[in-house]
Amino acid sequence: MLQFRAVCAAFIALLLLGTSASAADPVKIGFITTLSTSGGYLGEDARDGFLLAMAEEGGSSLGGVPVKLLVEDDGLMPAKGKEIADKMVLQDKATLFTGIIYSNVDLAVVPGLLAGGATYVSLNAAPSQLAGKGCNKNYFVVSWMNDNLHEATGQYAQTLGFKKMVLLAPNYPAGKDAINGFKRFYHGTIADEIYTSLDQTDFSAELARVRADQPDAVFEFLPGGLGINFLKQFSQAGLKSKMKLVLSAASLESRIVSATGDDTIGVYGTAHWVQDLPYPANKKFVAGFIAKYHRDPTPYAAMGYDTAHEIASGLRAVGGDLTKADAFRAALKKANFASVRGNFRFGSDQEPIEDWYSTQVVKRGGKNEIVTIGKVARDLGNAYTSLCPL
Amino acid sequence: MTLALEQTLNGLQFGVMLFLLAAGLTLVFGIMGVINLAHGSMYMIGAYVAATSAEHGAPFAVAVLAGAAAAAVAGAVVEAVVVRRLYGRNHLDQVLATFGLILIANDGVSIVWGRTPLEMKIPDALAGAVPIFDISYPVYRLLLIACGVALAVALAFFVARTRLGALIRAGATHRELVGALGVNIVQLNTIVFALGALLAGVAGALLAPILSVQIGMGEQVLIMTFVAIVIGGLGSIRGAFVGALAIGLVDTLGRAYIPVLLRAVTTPDLADTLGGGLSAIAIYVLMAVVLIWKPRGLFPVSSR
Repeated sequence: MLQFRAVCAAFIALLLLGTSASAADPVKIGFITTLSTSGGYLGEDARDGFLLAMAEEGGSSLGGVPVKLLVEDDGLMPAKGKEIADKMVLQDKATLFTGIIYSNVDLAVVPGLLAGGATYVSLNAAPSQLAGKGCNKNYFVVSWMNDNLHEATGQYAQTLGFKKMVLLAPNYPAGKDAINGFKRFYHGTIADEIYTSLDQTDFSAELARVRADQPDAVFEFLPGGLGINFLKQFSQAGLKSKMKLVLSAASLESRIVSATGDDTIGVYGTAHWVQDLPYPANKKFVAGFIAKYHRDPTPYAAMGYDTAHEIASGLRAVGGDLTKADAFRAALKKANFASVRGNFRFGSDQEPIEDWYSTQVVKRGGKNEIVTIGKVARDLGNAYTSLCPL
Repeated sequence: MTLALEQTLNGLQFGVMLFLLAAGLTLVFGIMGVINLAHGSMYMIGAYVAATSAEHGAPFAVAVLAGAAAAAVAGAVVEAVVVRRLYGRNHLDQVLATFGLILIANDGVSIVWGRTPLEMKIPDALAGAVPIFDISYPVYRLLLIACGVALAVALAFFVARTRLGALIRAGATHRELVGALGVNIVQLNTIVFALGALLAGVAGALLAPILSVQIGMGEQVLIMTFVAIVIGGLGSIRGAFVGALAIGLVDTLGRAYIPVLLRAVTTPDLADTLGGGLSAIAIYVLMAVVLIWKPRGLFPVSSR
């Protein structure tokens, strides 16, 4: 009897080994993202955008290559992100990664992955530490270099003619990039720079400082729940009638607009992707997203979708064989897919070169929407490119 | 000067709301000896139910009451189903079980409401600002201060002057004796737990119009709530009040003035970065100082 069991066990083990070594093994893509905390919906949108692109191919392949998406929640904790990455590398043998939303998690995870020879395709976070001198041949950014997001806003604030501004950002790597990026293109007086904490809910102290500073306009980079709290309290403090707000796409997206009601009407913004952009790829994306998830997409969703298509273009070129690393890299570098943003390509440092739009929140048919006003920057690259040896 | 007044009001408002959370947490710890990490989830439930009620046309006061009631019911259920089994266990087991409850609550909320944060409007009558000297201060935030202080007074009266309050106090210091006198300790525990959850629910519902109603909002305030009750002395309601106000004022005034003061002695760039960091740790510095001076908090409860 015992012997019979042992034979059975060995037979089953053989079967399992056989299946795991078969040729049709799906390519594993590690998707480390933030699905909980006040930034939980950011990761949710990025994931859902990515899954939408997979659904267009039937749900389990990209570029005609079977893939398996391993989604894990980092809880906005760098250490947790690192732990997940290690597990995916050692246990799942994944060599292709994406998904990280927050730059502090990104900086804890991505350098280690790259050092181990893995490829990382960013759909959101792209801190300055990994641009320029920190660039890597296996690191691609589909979204934006962090500074870009706010350079466009600085340019727009300059164009709008604001003379005196107050800037707010959380005290973490992307917050520093935000302030640096904004100041690179805005040349008026900066009355105050305020750094907040990443888990703050009440901004009354900061708003009192803003009131005392009496600026023409306020710029804030407060993604997710932070921004919702800030915008509501800004309006309740009676500041909305006294000064303007000009925000980057991370602080002004559809979910923030829906959660703040009329508090965001008239607020200025900048973005590289807007829901109403007229490109066919974008129309298909927006319609598909709303049909599948019954809500308006955010830039996070758009970047999840674009990143999936970028990865698909690479996988298609090598038939899913990631050991052909040079061919895979060369294919990724071409960015051979129709971006929802229209104009998009990689610079020599594999960070984006793209256009930026000015936006504003308007009420249309009883619903508050972010609409495109014009273009603030054409073919914007980043300030660190020349430092990258690639 | 007027800026200082405004910042002090902001600090007070933050402090009294923190007290509503801290009171429940300290009661549960003081009387039952349970560390309840899921307290923030009650706050979240209060906010979600209030926001949803308001969205379906309930008047503001009704929405707040609905939020509070939902949190109280959730508290009673959690006590009866989970926490009751933990009284005799060590704190690590309690932390583990109530942390599990946080995960369940967060996922439950995401299943029912989705991950998009909800909006709750301030009722029109309370939406304006009133002039105080030469600043205009939001009426709603003044209302929060008034509600918080009123509830604190009511709670103090309840604990000090009513029979149930006397039992709660007795339960905190002489648990076995109260049981020996024939008081139904099991029922008393459920009531205390539900009362704590109710207060957290009120805080969630009242703050829903000024905060983003979203998953994880409970954990954001939970740490500060713990700091408040540690400063005040575990199990002491008076301590929770003083601790919460101290945290509210130190945190708000720290964020308001530390960067400004630093700017006077160093370069603006360094002052802003350093100021952001220092004001974020100000409350923990306060806690450390208090604990060095009084290791059991400002108002230690005897016998525990």
